[in-house]
Amino acid sequence: MELSTLSLKELGNALRKKAVSAREITGAFLERIKRFNPDLNAFVTVAEEQALAAANEADLRLARGERVTPLTGIPVAVADTICTKGIKTTCASRILENFIPPYDATVVSRLQEAGAVVIGKTNSDEFGAGTTTGYSAFGPVCNPWDKNREPGGDGGAVAVAAGLAPLAISFDTGGNLRRAAAFCGVAGLKPAYGSVSRFGLAALAPSLEQIGPLARQVEDLALLYQVLAGPDPLDATSLPAGAPGRSGQEFTGTAATGRPGLRIGLPREYFAGEELQAEVKDLVLAATGILTEKDGEQVDLSLPSTGYALAAHILLAAAEASSSLARYDGVRYGYRSPEAADIDLLYKKTRTEGFGREAKRRILLGTLVLSAECYGDYYLNAQKVRTLVIREFTEAFTKCDLILTPVTRELPGRAGEEKSPLRQYQDESYTVAANLAGLSGLSVPCGLVDGLPVGVQLLAPAGREDLLFQVARTLEKAVGRFSSPFLRG
Amino acid sequence: MNYETVIGLEVHVELKTEAKVFCGCAARFGAEPNTHVCPGCLGMPGVLPVLNKKAVEFCIKAGLALQCRIAPFSMFDRKQYFYPDLPQAYQISQGDLPLCTGGGLKIVTPGGEEKIIRLNRIHLEEEAGRTYHSGAGATGYSLLDFNRSGLPLIEIVTEPDLRSPAEAKIFLEKLQEILRYIEVSDCKMEEGSFRCDANISVRPAGSQEFGRRMEIKNLNSFKAIQSALTYEANRLGSLLAAGTPPEQEESRGWDETRGMTFFMRPKEKATDYRYFPDPDLPPLVIAEEWVEEIRAGLPELPEEKKARYMEEYGLSAQDADLLGSSRETAEFFEATLRLYSGEVKTVANWVMGEFARLLNLEKLTPIQSKLEPEALAAMLQMIDAGEISGKIAKTVFEEMFYSGKPPREIVAEKGLAQISDESQLVVLVREILAQHPGPVADYRAGKTKALGFLVGQVMKETKGQANPGLVNKLLREELEKLP
Repeated sequence: MELSTLSLKELGNALRKKAVSAREITGAFLERIKRFNPDLNAFVTVAEEQALAAANEADLRLARGERVTPLTGIPVAVADTICTKGIKTTCASRILENFIPPYDATVVSRLQEAGAVVIGKTNSDEFGAGTTTGYSAFGPVCNPWDKNREPGGDGGAVAVAAGLAPLAISFDTGGNLRRAAAFCGVAGLKPAYGSVSRFGLAALAPSLEQIGPLARQVEDLALLYQVLAGPDPLDATSLPAGAPGRSGQEFTGTAATGRPGLRIGLPREYFAGEELQAEVKDLVLAATGILTEKDGEQVDLSLPSTGYALAAHILLAAAEASSSLARYDGVRYGYRSPEAADIDLLYKKTRTEGFGREAKRRILLGTLVLSAECYGDYYLNAQKVRTLVIREFTEAFTKCDLILTPVTRELPGRAGEEKSPLRQYQDESYTVAANLAGLSGLSVPCGLVDGLPVGVQLLAPAGREDLLFQVARTLEKAVGRFSSPFLRG
Repeated sequence: MNYETVIGLEVHVELKTEAKVFCGCAARFGAEPNTHVCPGCLGMPGVLPVLNKKAVEFCIKAGLALQCRIAPFSMFDRKQYFYPDLPQAYQISQGDLPLCTGGGLKIVTPGGEEKIIRLNRIHLEEEAGRTYHSGAGATGYSLLDFNRSGLPLIEIVTEPDLRSPAEAKIFLEKLQEILRYIEVSDCKMEEGSFRCDANISVRPAGSQEFGRRMEIKNLNSFKAIQSALTYEANRLGSLLAAGTPPEQEESRGWDETRGMTFFMRPKEKATDYRYFPDPDLPPLVIAEEWVEEIRAGLPELPEEKKARYMEEYGLSAQDADLLGSSRETAEFFEATLRLYSGEVKTVANWVMGEFARLLNLEKLTPIQSKLEPEALAAMLQMIDAGEISGKIAKTVFEEMFYSGKPPREIVAEKGLAQISDESQLVVLVREILAQHPGPVADYRAGKTKALGFLVGQVMKETKGQANPGLVNKLLREELEKLP
C-alpha cells in the first residue's frame, strides 16, 4: 500500500480495518524522510525513537479497542520553533542548536492526547524571520515541485507536499506558513489570533503569530485544526471558551456545498499593483469565478490602509523580535560563546555567533524602533496603522462573508536568490494584514503556472474558520488537488 | 544661608503571595538555590506569563490602604535590559498606565506637625533573580539563584514631599506598619522584601525650584537610609554653600563602611529601557465591584485603630500607639478585652508590660508565642477575685507564656493560690507575734513601722501566697488583743 498519498481518513480507515499498523505507517514515513530529506532539508530533527514509541502506543490502543481519534497513529511534522519535551528544538538557529526543552507546547500535548505521532521537527527561517527558509542556520529547504526554487518560509509545507508526513503544524508570523502552503501546493491555515495556544512556541512576534495546521486536503486541515484549537490557561492571549470569535470545535460543514448567496470581497488594493504577476492574478480571479458562479456575489472592496500595513508589520515584528530574542544570552541554556572573558563579552560574542543575519537585522531594527527617540514615530504610528487596518476589515466584513486575495505576488523565486531586505519583506505584502488584524487566513491551491502551484488566500473574521474550510473545500473540489513530483511514484 | 532638603522615595515591596506573579512556582524566601523555578521564571523559549490574581488583589489592597485611585484599565509593559539574573532580558512591569495612582500617607514630623506625603503611583511588577559574586579577575565567578525570579513586587513612588532624612525614615516606618497590617508583605528589609531608592536635592530655603537631583540606590536598612540621606544632604548643602552646585544629576551608591555616598553614573546616561506593552498579557481590567469587595475586606488601619483606642477606651496617645501599631498586638489586646470584664487599662498594662517584655526577650510575635488571650483574661479574673496576688501573677504569666498552660492549672500545680483563709492565717499570725517579741514591743511603743516587718515575716512563711490585705488586718487585730 502506498501510504504517502493517502488522506487522513483513508489512513484512519486502514488502521481501524487492521490493513496496516500505526508502526507501519510511521515506519513508512520515516523511510521516506530518510530517502528524501537529505535533498529537501525539510526536517532539522527526525524523532525516530519517540515516533516509533508513540506509534506502538497507538497500536496498543487500537488493539485494546480503546477510544481513538482521527489522529490516532497518524504522523505529524512539527515546526522546530514549537517546543517538544525531550526532542531538540532549535528554532533553526545556532543559538538553540542543542536545546532540548523540558516541556511540551500546548499544541504538542494536544496532538499527543489525540494519539498523533510527532515524527520530527521541521526547518524554517531562523525563528521564522524570513520568507524563503534561506535564513535557517541549518541550510535552506527545497521546493518539492522544483528543487531550484524556494519553498516559502516553512519546511512543514514541504514535508506535507513531498509526502514526508501526512500532516504538519507550523506557525505564521507574517505569512510564512500561508506562503509556503501556496508555493508547495498544499492547504495551510493561520487561525485567528487567540484560537490556538501559543504556549511553547518560541516567540518572534507574539502579537502577530499563531500556530496553524498544514495538510494536502482541506478536510484534513479542518480535522487537525480541531485538535489544535481551544482555550489554554497557559496562554493569557488565548480566547476563552465561548468568547466571541472562538469557534466551536466541530466543523461538520467541510462538505463541498456551494454556499448559497456567498459574498466574496475582492479588495482592489490587492489586485491593482503591477507587482502582481499576471498569471497568478488570472488564476486567483478564476477561483473567485468558480466560487461565485452559481449563487454567489463578488463584492468590490477598498482597504485604503493596505499600503501602510506592510510597513507597520515590519516595524512591529522587528520591535517584538528584538524583545523576544533578548533572552538568548548564553547564561542559562543554548549556545554560549566559549571565549568570553566577562559578562558583556559573553552577551556580545554569544549573540554575534549564535544569531544569523536576518535575526540580527530585526534585533537592531526593533531596538531602534523601541528606543526613546523613535518610539513615538515608529512604534506608536505602526500601532495606529494596525488599528486602522482592523477597522477597515471590520467594516469590510459587514459587506461580505469572506475576502479573497492572492497569497503571493508571483511564482516561487530561484533558490538562493539574493533579495534586498525590503524586497524580502514585500514577499508578505498580501498576508501581513491577517496577522495585524488577527484574522483567520487560509491558503489553498488554485492551479499551476509553469508546473508550479499558485495559492489563493481566503480571509475571515475570528471564529469563522468553518466558513473558510467550506469555501476552500468547494474550490478544492473544482480545481482538483495537486501532487508534487515526490508523490507521483 | 539656610538650605532645604527635598526627598522623594521609590519603595520596592515584595508581596507575600503563595505563588510567583507570572508562573505557578512557590514564593519562598531562603530555600536552596534554584529549587523554586520552572521554565517560566527561567525565561525558556515559548513560555508565557499567566497573571496571579492574588498579586493583583494585594496591590489593590495596598492602593486602597494608601488612598490611591485604582485604575479600571492598566497595562503591563516590558522594561528591557540585559542582566544575568533577569532571565527574559526584560522585567514585566507597568509603565505609563499603572494599577494605582495618587494617594498619600499622613505622618507626624519630628517637629510634631501632621503632614501628608503624596504618592505618585503604585504599580505591580516581577522580581529578578539574585546574583552572588565571588572573587574577582580571572578567577572570579558569579552564581545565579532564580528562586526570587518572578516574585510579585510593588513599587510605591512618592512625590518629592519629604523635607528631611528623619521624615523619610518616619514615612518608611509608617508605610511598613500599614503594609504589614493589611498583610500583603512581611516588609523585612534584611531579607530584601522592603527596599528603597531615594531621590534627594537641596535648594536655598524658600526657593520654589528644585535643586539638581541625586538618586541613591539600594538602601537596605533604616540606618542606611538615614545615614545616606544625611550625608548626601550635607554634601549637596556644602556644594551650594561653596557656590559650586552639582553639574549633573547622578545615580549614587551608599558605602556603609566609609559612611559616604559615591558616584555611580550620570542620570543622562541612564539605560533606555525601551518600554513597550507586553504582547503576552492583555490589558488589566479591574471591575469596580471587585475593588469594593477588597475595600470591604480591609482591616481597620493603624490610624483608625489608635483613634478608637483613645476615644473608646480612654487610653493615652502613647498607649494607643504601642498597642495599635502592630496588627497582631492589637488583635491580641482586643481579643483579651472581649473576654475580660475588668479595666481596659489593666489589660493594656499587661500587654505593653510583661507580654511585650517576654516577646522582645524571645524575639517572638504575639501569634508565635504560646500565650492565648483566653489565658490572660482568666488570669486577670483570678487576680480580681483575690485568688492570686499581683506578685504571684507575674510568675503565673511567665509560666503561661512559655508553657501555654491555663493559669488555673499552673496555680494548682505549683501551689500558688493566695491564702485568704482567716482561720488558717490567724494561727500563723499568732506564731509570728510569739516569735518576735522585739518588734511587737516596738509596735506597741508606737513604732508602727514594725508592722511592715511582721507582715514580711508572714509573707515569707507563706512563700508570698498569703493575702497581704488580710495579713495586715489580722496582725493589727491580734496586736490589739495582746495584754
